[in-house]
Amino acid sequence: MVEILFQRLLQAAAVMLAMSVLVFAGVYAIGNPIDVLIGPDATQAVRAEVIARYGLDLPLWRQYLGFLRRFLEGDFGRSFVYDLPVLDLILTRLPATLELTLTAVAVAVAAGVPLGMYAGYRPRSAAARAVMAASVVGVSVPTFWIGLILILVFAVWLGWLPAGGRGATVAVLGTEWSLLTLDGLAHLVLPALNLALFKLALMIRLARAGTLEIMLSDTVKFARAAGLSEWAVLRHHVLRLIAIPLVTVLGLEFASTVAFAVVTETIFSWPGLGKLIIDSITSLDRPVMVAYLILIALLFIVINLMVDLAYAALDPRLRRRRSAS
Amino acid sequence: MTQAGPADSPLRRFVGEFSENKAALAALVVVAAIVLTAVFAPLVAPQDPYDLASLSLRDARRPPGYVGSGGYTHLLGTDAQGRDLLSAMLFGLRISLEMGLVAGGLALCIGTAAGITAAYLGGRLGGALMRVVDLQLSFPAILLAFVLSALLGQGKLQLIAALVVAQYAYVARTAHGAAAAERHKDYVAAALSTPLRGRTVLWRHILPNALPPVIVVASVQVAGAISLEATLSFLGVGLPPTEPSLGMLIANGFQYMLSGRYWISVFPGVALVVLVTAINVVGDQLRDQLNPRLRR
Repeated sequence: MVEILFQRLLQAAAVMLAMSVLVFAGVYAIGNPIDVLIGPDATQAVRAEVIARYGLDLPLWRQYLGFLRRFLEGDFGRSFVYDLPVLDLILTRLPATLELTLTAVAVAVAAGVPLGMYAGYRPRSAAARAVMAASVVGVSVPTFWIGLILILVFAVWLGWLPAGGRGATVAVLGTEWSLLTLDGLAHLVLPALNLALFKLALMIRLARAGTLEIMLSDTVKFARAAGLSEWAVLRHHVLRLIAIPLVTVLGLEFASTVAFAVVTETIFSWPGLGKLIIDSITSLDRPVMVAYLILIALLFIVINLMVDLAYAALDPRLRRRRSAS
Repeated sequence: MTQAGPADSPLRRFVGEFSENKAALAALVVVAAIVLTAVFAPLVAPQDPYDLASLSLRDARRPPGYVGSGGYTHLLGTDAQGRDLLSAMLFGLRISLEMGLVAGGLALCIGTAAGITAAYLGGRLGGALMRVVDLQLSFPAILLAFVLSALLGQGKLQLIAALVVAQYAYVARTAHGAAAAERHKDYVAAALSTPLRGRTVLWRHILPNALPPVIVVASVQVAGAISLEATLSFLGVGLPPTEPSLGMLIANGFQYMLSGRYWISVFPGVALVVLVTAINVVGDQLRDQLNPRLRR
């Protein structure tokens, strides 16, 4: 177990290092950062001073090492546009994104698992077929397009919900939350729904496939023979068995939801990380781009690592094979 | 492999099985119709949307059915520059399809080459190659495409590169699975026992047999590429404004949507959704037909 842990940690560190090289090469080496930093009318002395200050006169590998060292020390540089430390900027935007993604994932699970289980329990019923048809649409229609239609229907035509922004927030422990005010909740509904739909379709498909399989198993036959009600069978046996793969997928999907939030946040002007990265790309705010990309990569690697380790801990076959070799 | 011939040739049977699924058949017709109208857009479209001389700002943002200064009816309305929306969509479809087909095709070639090479090599080297592919698969395609197009900047070639890198891994995984299954069959052992070179066996014997599932994945990847391209262009990190694909048209109409002028965004979006869904339905049917576990 310790050996696997060590091996996976080493792998994760290697991937992270490779990512940092790619990001550095992509963001700093492509194009000329001097043109972004210094106006064309700056004097030669100012130019030289800025180049020396940012270390742009050093060879590329020394620039990279300096960049890596600052990163490890938690110094992500300053945003060109906001003139704030990048880390502060990201931390102020993070709660909005977390709030949105967690709500979306919660909605996807709370609605998707029961719907999928029903579709697997009564696969030939009309309702199950309708659920499955809807899930096909949910997977193939692009997220941004669903977002537009939600705005058009609920904000423009019906006027029930606001089309964008975050609404009123309440500060708890120094961070602002929309979940706690009525106005904030109204602003949260459409973006959360938009972000949830893809995951919802995925949850429905997974829960249905799992339920279909388990309903035919001996576990269910014996539980029924023991006189348990159908409800108890579903709740205690089927749900418990399909939960394992669902939790795994959910872990992996959480990270991709944060990535997808870029699209939803842009459409609904939700002031989170995704909006920040799009703005930083259009305004060539390189330090923000670098920090965002590396943090997202870190998030993915950490989650993948945890899933891998959970597998290694849960799956006896994997454990044995490793110790045998 | 598939010669036309007697009534029950594999190809005939395949076509017969396909047309049993009415939804898939309808989807195929839709895809064909969209591709044809896009190819012949200059002949079909009521207006050349790039011909600035034919545009008049007096016609801007008119609803569907408006008869413009050109003297004909704008069936789907006009956009902010007074362009006929139907014409803009037909030309936009060309760009979207071009991006999807080029990116999907390149992903097919690169992914297949990587996948079957890894399967053929096997051992440590093959394993390492697939490890890279798996690693990439753990990141969602949209994030990769998004990051790459952000790093590479705007442009057709840059976007194609981003889409290919984001998508080849799916093809590689499928090709690897299919080729690894073929690798251990007797005919490969037989071919290898002859003086044929390993490379020849790989391309002439393993590749044709591993190809069907790969082509299905690639067809779905074309839909994925079209949808990704639209998303990136909508976000403003995809194609430059000089290449108005469907995603760009949707983005351009977005700001007018809040004031109720829905058509500028909605109709290009409907075209996009119909195209992507139709390709997916056809792909699903092909997958079911080629899946040996579902064979009757």
